[in-house]
Amino acid sequence: MKMTAMPKITHHLTDPLLMAYAAGTLPEAFNIVVATHVSLCDECRARLHSFDAVGGALIDTAEAMDLSVGSLEATLRAIAGKPPEPRAVRRATGLFPAPLQEYVGGDIDSVVWRRVGGGVSQAVLATRGEATVRLLRIPGGVAVPDHGHRGTELTMVLQGAFRDETDRFAAGDVEVADEAMVHQPVAEEGEDCICLAATDAPLRFNAFLPRVAQTIMRI
Amino acid sequence: MPDISKRMEWVAHLEAIRDSQDQEAFAELFRHFAPRVKAFLVRSGSTHEFAEECTQDVMATLWRKAHMFDGTKASVSTWVFTIARNRKIDLIRKDRRPEPEDLLWGPDEEPSASEVLASQQEAEQLAVAMAKLPEKQRKLIEKAYFGELSHSEIAAETGLPLGTIKSRIRLALDRLRHAMT
Repeated sequence: MKMTAMPKITHHLTDPLLMAYAAGTLPEAFNIVVATHVSLCDECRARLHSFDAVGGALIDTAEAMDLSVGSLEATLRAIAGKPPEPRAVRRATGLFPAPLQEYVGGDIDSVVWRRVGGGVSQAVLATRGEATVRLLRIPGGVAVPDHGHRGTELTMVLQGAFRDETDRFAAGDVEVADEAMVHQPVAEEGEDCICLAATDAPLRFNAFLPRVAQTIMRI
Repeated sequence: MPDISKRMEWVAHLEAIRDSQDQEAFAELFRHFAPRVKAFLVRSGSTHEFAEECTQDVMATLWRKAHMFDGTKASVSTWVFTIARNRKIDLIRKDRRPEPEDLLWGPDEEPSASEVLASQQEAEQLAVAMAKLPEKQRKLIEKAYFGELSHSEIAAETGLPLGTIKSRIRLALDRLRHAMT
């Protein structure tokens, strides 16, 4: 289903994010968003492969460092009698791509939502490190409080759409917001907007009431 | 810098591992790549002992996952890099990096030899182009890959000539999608 109905994606990941993901230096919370977006976006998948190729070129030009004697023999013993594994395809069916399903423990029906006020619900995914990632469910027509950022915030749409001061974001799109941006995303009328949002610093809300919500939402 | 015939030889070695568990082909790849993987891990902050252990693990993974290599998408160096990177994250950084889901494989046919050749040539051109980058720029890219720069410190404009690699992979993905509908 997903294969033939690829969403038309117009908002992509930035080069620095794809390069850091290829290098393996992004926080886990951001890795989940990148892996989820690339699962649906061939444009970013192709760019990611080109950043992997940069890593390959670094191996090509790397100095060689001697291994201790017997290293090859030890590795040969480790693989002896173990035929290479057959090719396996890791793919999920449903709304969430495989990497997201692995964190949720299933598709959208398996999400344990917690209400955070204004009809908005969230589910924080367990990750290591400072950066956090959550699923957000925003009813059509509802606004997420106006907020600025201290760090970087990635918001990927999985279902429905939202608009903010900059543009419209629909299924598959990802918005990359940095410190300079203060925005107020509003879910489009219609079905709930489901987003995957990661941030590497607490959000900063601009009005008193949302600050109360901030404590409740733990964001 | 490995030339194109060397790169095609490595592809053939991986196929020999995949198809006939060829230990001599594995030993050849080990002799070239293991010392470079070790240097990569040490440069990324690992001790020598641990880098050595991880390197053996990386090379054993190359054997185990030989079926997953696709010469139309990546060079052997690139594939080794991705395995080394993943082990670095698991074992050294003790972090998690989920992978994108796989694309469905196309109709079960061997990748065309000309596409494999094109892909290996691009890898060679990229390595040559990177060696020609101004010193300062090359150092920044190395720092990004060795974990000394965060994503917000990586410049949006890297000066890397990635257009041809990206376009060819993009075309291949389009063809695959088309074949699946």
